[in-house]
Amino acid sequence: MAMTKANIVEEVYKKVGFSKSQAAEIVETVFETMKQVLERGEKLKISGFGNFTPRDKKIRIGRNPKTGEAIEISARRVVTFKASPVLKSRMNESSP
Amino acid sequence: MTKSQLIETVASQLENVSKKDIEIIVETIFSCMTDALTRDERIEIRGFGSFVSKIRDAREGRNPKTGEKVSVPKKRTPFFTVGKELKERVNLKKHLNSTNG
Repeated sequence: MAMTKANIVEEVYKKVGFSKSQAAEIVETVFETMKQVLERGEKLKISGFGNFTPRDKKIRIGRNPKTGEAIEISARRVVTFKASPVLKSRMNESSP
Repeated sequence: MTKSQLIETVASQLENVSKKDIEIIVETIFSCMTDALTRDERIEIRGFGSFVSKIRDAREGRNPKTGEKVSVPKKRTPFFTVGKELKERVNLKKHLNSTNG
């Protein structure tokens, strides 16, 4: 079972005295704001969770793994995530 | 942008909600996500991305300064995969910026 935005909304709803639709709207706004930050190439640092970093990748030559054919991979911007030491240690409190 | 700036930004967009409430909500979002990863549960935020916990086996590492061998224990690590919408939006902006100079 995967946790989805609906589960997060449910937790928020239990925590604050808002209606479910209001809780959903706020959660949606939080994620939308995070997307806007990354979209403009800005790093997003969530202390205790991790950092999301947009990175510019140069054009490169890749290969179609099926045919072996060389193809050009265009320059692009991607988002990488680096977990905070707090998150990593929380995940390893019980031995894996 | 930091978490407190994220809270400020969200609060400025939702004028009927207090900053304090936004703060509680943002903290709840990330603590929910941390809890899910702690119990090895996958997280899927449509349009943003997904997080999974993977197990990295124990290995022999080296202290890069001294070259000394150290044993790195088996551990859980989170991995993030960017969602389709975010991937496209981030990349589109990049192309728009490069055409504008």
